[in-house]
Amino acid sequence: MSIIVDHVNYIYGADTPLAVAALKDVCLQFPDGQFVGIIGHTGSGKSTLVQHLNGLLKATSGHIYFDGEDIYDKDYDMKKLRSRVGLVFQYPEHQLFEVDVFSDVCFGPKNLGLDKREAELRAYDALRRVGLPDELFYQSPFDLSGGQKRRAAIAGVLAMKPDVLILDEPTAGLDPKGRDEILHQIKQLQTQTGMTILLVSHSMEDVAEYVDRIIVMNKGSVLYDDEPRKVFRHYKELEEVGLAAPQVTYVLHKLKEKGMNVDVSATTIEEAADTVLQALGRR
Amino acid sequence: MLRDITLGQYYQTESVIHRLDPRVKLGGTLLFIISLFLFDHFAGYVVAVAFLGIVIRLSHVPFRFMVKGMKAIVFLLILTVTFNLFLTPGRELVSFWKLTITWEGLALAITMAVRLTILIIGSSVMTLTTTPNNLTDGMEKMLKPLKLFRIPVHEVAMMMSIALRFIPILLEETDKIMKAQLARGADFESGNIFKRAKAMVPLLVPLFVSAFHRANDLALAMESRCYRGGEGRTKMKPLVYQKRDGLAYLCIVLYLALSITAGRLVWMWI
Repeated sequence: MSIIVDHVNYIYGADTPLAVAALKDVCLQFPDGQFVGIIGHTGSGKSTLVQHLNGLLKATSGHIYFDGEDIYDKDYDMKKLRSRVGLVFQYPEHQLFEVDVFSDVCFGPKNLGLDKREAELRAYDALRRVGLPDELFYQSPFDLSGGQKRRAAIAGVLAMKPDVLILDEPTAGLDPKGRDEILHQIKQLQTQTGMTILLVSHSMEDVAEYVDRIIVMNKGSVLYDDEPRKVFRHYKELEEVGLAAPQVTYVLHKLKEKGMNVDVSATTIEEAADTVLQALGRR
Repeated sequence: MLRDITLGQYYQTESVIHRLDPRVKLGGTLLFIISLFLFDHFAGYVVAVAFLGIVIRLSHVPFRFMVKGMKAIVFLLILTVTFNLFLTPGRELVSFWKLTITWEGLALAITMAVRLTILIIGSSVMTLTTTPNNLTDGMEKMLKPLKLFRIPVHEVAMMMSIALRFIPILLEETDKIMKAQLARGADFESGNIFKRAKAMVPLLVPLFVSAFHRANDLALAMESRCYRGGEGRTKMKPLVYQKRDGLAYLCIVLYLALSITAGRLVWMWI
């Protein structure tokens, strides 16, 4: 189920005075089961990139291969691609429309042509996975709170049982608690199902703790593509493109400058605490 | 997906036409359109086309943007031409089956087609070179005398500018929701008309919800800035006539004079 992005270029508003190159010669590979963070400043092309992966935007030039097949082939089944590469948009709660949460989540599976029973089973499973309490299933989606709406919307995509799940800024506009809960559930989902997950975000802090790999986008090109700890080594360059490494990176670098023997590649608070304690113990 | 709609879309560039006062452009366009319906001789159209050509050149807007506006009226154009061609009585030109084309019909059909084309292109020059805000500003100021008849000119102008401002926002929103539903396997294109109408529900419901939200937010934002209608309201950039606007008016008058006399002149010359 791997996705290969091969020299993809995309220009917004081609042949108008406002033409903008949103993606410039992007080459990437997403193997099975990886949890990938795509980070970039506003306008770096990260949202544009993920919309290519399920065929919503067509590259101006270049190719995308899903499972070894070119998705721009004439007889390629886009609908099938969209069921296998699930995309949760930014502020997905704006897409809710049904009379109750449960039927809204059924919309996706029903579009796949599944029978009612199977669609409902999947919807139920998806709603459980995003942690929405049972008593909300038959409420109008417009009566839910912001965080609950978002969960319902994510369930709507999850119910299609995609092999790859892309989430575009799933935590935008949520409070810190809601953010941690959603990210935690996404991680759990990944470990339980082995799904490939692409998490788009502009916050390193958000993704550092969860992902296996970070892709940093800047002005439409890929700037870094590596393990989190290796990407964070470039914390000074990251600042230049309007991003920042997690706070622990800064703290550890400062400690190292002061002569403390800490491992600066720690990415989470727990790891940082360990290395600081170790350094102190040695003294 | 929906980005290609040019209805009343502004083309940003730098030109004399762009800088003109919107009142000049509104008045000029109106006079231009009226003049098109007064000609009784082809010479008038030659003058009109020449005048329009010069204005287009001065506006620095690529010609294909003007033609884009034509797409909307292709159907109307074909209908008008067909009816005029076949249903005008007069001297017979060709005749087949039950249909006859007359010389008069042919002349009338060509005149109508030319008239409509110039009309549409002429008004797209105005909308392409004037921002919607400027346009409503100009309209508000021009229609101010109507206040005497208790017509709420300011309110109507405000509604218009808000509506115009919301067109691109709602288009973008539609695009976003459409993509989100496509990502959930929605199908907007296949099936018969009933199926397609039903497929619009997942698009329309969220769109209406968000439009009402936006309207509510905007009303709140306006009220919290003490908006209470046009009474005593001043403008940040009031419209003031410049020298070039006077010149432009002069050009329009010259055009009118020329186009009206053109027919007579050609007549005399022959």
